[in-house]
Amino acid sequence: MRIEIERVAKRFGPVNANDDVSLTIQAGAVHGLLGENGAGKSTLLRILGGLLRPDAGRLRFDGRPVALDSPADALAAGVGVLHQEPLDFPPLTVLESFLVARPRAARAGGGARALLPGRGRAAGVFLPRRAAREELLALAARFGFSVDPDEQVARLTLGERQQLELLRLLSLGARALLLDEPTTGISGAQQEALFSALRRLKQDGKAIVLVSHKLSDVEALCDRVTVLRQGKVAGEAEMPAGAARLVALMFGKALALPERLPTAGDGVALALEDVGFGDHRLDLRLARLAVRRGEVIGLAGLEGSGQRLLLRACAGLLRVRRGRVAIGGADLTGRPYPAFLRAGAGYLPADRRREGLIAGLSIEEHVALRAPRPGVFLRPREIRRAAERAIEALRIHGRPETPVEALSGGNQQRAQLALLPGDLALLLLEQPTRGLDIASARWVWEQLLARCRAGTALLFASSELDELMRYSDRILVFSGGRVSPPVSVADLTLDRLGRMIGGELDEPAPAPAEPAAPARSDP
Amino acid sequence: MDDGGELLSLLATALAASTPLVYAAVGETLTERAGVINLSAEGSMMLSAMVGFAAALTTGSVLAGFAAAAATGALVALVVAIGGIHLRRSQIAIGFVLAMLCADLSSVLGGPFVRVPGPTVPAMSIPVLRDVPILGPLFFRSDPLVYASYLLVACAWVFLYRTRAGLLVRAVGEQPAAAHARGAHVTRVRTAATLVGGALVGIGGAAYSLDFKAGWSHRHTAGYGWIALAIVIFGGFDPVRAALGACLFGVLSSMASLGQSALPSVPAQVFSVAPFALMIVVLALTSSGLLERLGALLPDAARRPLLRAFDATPPAALGKPYPAAADGAEARPRGADQGTK
Repeated sequence: MRIEIERVAKRFGPVNANDDVSLTIQAGAVHGLLGENGAGKSTLLRILGGLLRPDAGRLRFDGRPVALDSPADALAAGVGVLHQEPLDFPPLTVLESFLVARPRAARAGGGARALLPGRGRAAGVFLPRRAAREELLALAARFGFSVDPDEQVARLTLGERQQLELLRLLSLGARALLLDEPTTGISGAQQEALFSALRRLKQDGKAIVLVSHKLSDVEALCDRVTVLRQGKVAGEAEMPAGAARLVALMFGKALALPERLPTAGDGVALALEDVGFGDHRLDLRLARLAVRRGEVIGLAGLEGSGQRLLLRACAGLLRVRRGRVAIGGADLTGRPYPAFLRAGAGYLPADRRREGLIAGLSIEEHVALRAPRPGVFLRPREIRRAAERAIEALRIHGRPETPVEALSGGNQQRAQLALLPGDLALLLLEQPTRGLDIASARWVWEQLLARCRAGTALLFASSELDELMRYSDRILVFSGGRVSPPVSVADLTLDRLGRMIGGELDEPAPAPAEPAAPARSDP
Repeated sequence: MDDGGELLSLLATALAASTPLVYAAVGETLTERAGVINLSAEGSMMLSAMVGFAAALTTGSVLAGFAAAAATGALVALVVAIGGIHLRRSQIAIGFVLAMLCADLSSVLGGPFVRVPGPTVPAMSIPVLRDVPILGPLFFRSDPLVYASYLLVACAWVFLYRTRAGLLVRAVGEQPAAAHARGAHVTRVRTAATLVGGALVGIGGAAYSLDFKAGWSHRHTAGYGWIALAIVIFGGFDPVRAALGACLFGVLSSMASLGQSALPSVPAQVFSVAPFALMIVVLALTSSGLLERLGALLPDAARRPLLRAFDATPPAALGKPYPAAADGAEARPRGADQGTK
């Protein structure tokens, strides 16, 4: 299906989210939509998916003008949207989620299963479980996805939910697929499976739109790229166009990588000795880890392999089952969270909106909450000045009274950083740059590295191998219910890291001895 | 001399006592599965009991009584639907006010009917089934209303888990935004579930005043509505478990009257509260993660039914209006915050 977007505009208050956007998406091609956070990619996607109505301009599908009043309209017209967080139903089973609000026509499209005439109406009332199961499994087999129709959706990984949603859209006859940041939070293997499915769909003549801020995704998959900047089309390019050109189009300038000088100094910031930690699913052991001041430790692995547990154990939010935890030389094993805070541990969770910040409160109120001076009453002027200082220092796009949930992902991360005390001994981060565009991510890392230079040790979990390799001094790999001993980045390649995440933890047998030596020679 | 027979008759009485609760709890389960809390059950049940009795008395037809009671329950539910679904106000506040309002209304309007003898549902035992040992006297020597409640529980289960419409109700109660994206009419589904649930709560009221304790007196059904609401929660928002909860309550409360005579030193309230204390214990056990850990040891085939049977998670969107807020915050895309960074 060919999608033509003609002079589409959409405003939100004073913001021009889309400003006179025109572009054409060809059938049988993957069209990349690039841009920094807030450039208007998501708005355009929502307009195409029937979730938003444009203020001006129009859409043509295969040459015919269309008006989309709802996502169901868009799907009826052949456009399916795969949202970053799939729109499914966690408590239901895979099969039920597949069947929700499924039009009867979609089932009739199967054709082969001729129903007895008398059962026609009853079949419309009851769930066609068997037919749907067959259809789902057949589709899954076609794309090499493994699907268990009876599993609860809540127990699936993000990548599996995404596959399921993709199959559902295809089974409903989608001729164009719009994917919003599909590679965020899924494993490397799932990304491969997704990309090969998309390449196949492209050959089938589907139009595919890939919204992303990851250049690697775009380079791997796209035939053509449109770059949006501040709601306008900044440029188009045939692929391969070269990363430098795309970055220049996105930001209007070339970006330099933050310089990664060794920051590890003397003194132990965090010491773990023979710790055991876990939850009802995992039981992990780590023989020994000594993190020096200013050192950066990356935690690699598929999401949910225990990285978060280790971070929470170091933050004092999860009690270790055995062993000792010490921060800055003070033994904190079994001590409560406030003791960890006093010892200088700071933790930024991945879910900024639910765990990191308090939705409903403003930046100012967040500043007030961690007021350094005790007292019954709030000191409005002092708090306002502190909030303004934080906004200024971290270049948050917002005002002291802006509620945090109104901030974009990048600005929420800035706000979280702003709220951390200045002199942390240990900073624990989960997916520090998730959802951030390249410029924001680099900026965040500049801030983090500045803290390292001041002596803060850093532990961060990430699913981006590039990020792990670029910024870590040493890496712990979580895989299959185990944690590897720390491996110096100097001994790693992207490929080997990928294989370790895939389960080959035992390969670097000499690793336990290695990290100590190169780590010491670092500074 | 015949202890078995006595026990059976006790259980049969208990089952009959639980019938009003079964109707109300299954109705409320249906409503809450769609993501709507109809907190008015206490008042709604009481008012329907009064209206049902009055209608049956004046027309001489028990059926007319039930129809009037169902209409009353649906009418009260309509207020919840308009205020809580269409106008997106707090369902808790609306339901609570209605609960009190309807209870008082039943006293005001029901004055002329207090302690007036009236029609009741005629007893009817089922010819062959009543002679089955144990099951016969327990289930099939009652009246049509009780039999209909068995049918209702089965139908509610089939509806929720085996029909397209039932799946839609569950979907709308969990993720209304996702259901909307798939073309479902969230408000319509929720309104329908609320009205049907309300009508069933109304029938529960009439089941009380035309069958279980026929007649009308001031605050005749007092407490039953709240109990039904509690049973919905303890029943894990499942119609069968809600019905079992209602039966458990019936059994324990008829044992309370026995216990009271057997153990006069123990206050009767101990027995009437016991069912809830027990249910809280069960809930605490099932939600402690113990089952999850236990289930992890089992193969998939055994794990799923086990976890499903004890799952008591409320629908994710329960009590939350959709679309989320009147100012349309939900409609704002992520990119539309404080401009481009």
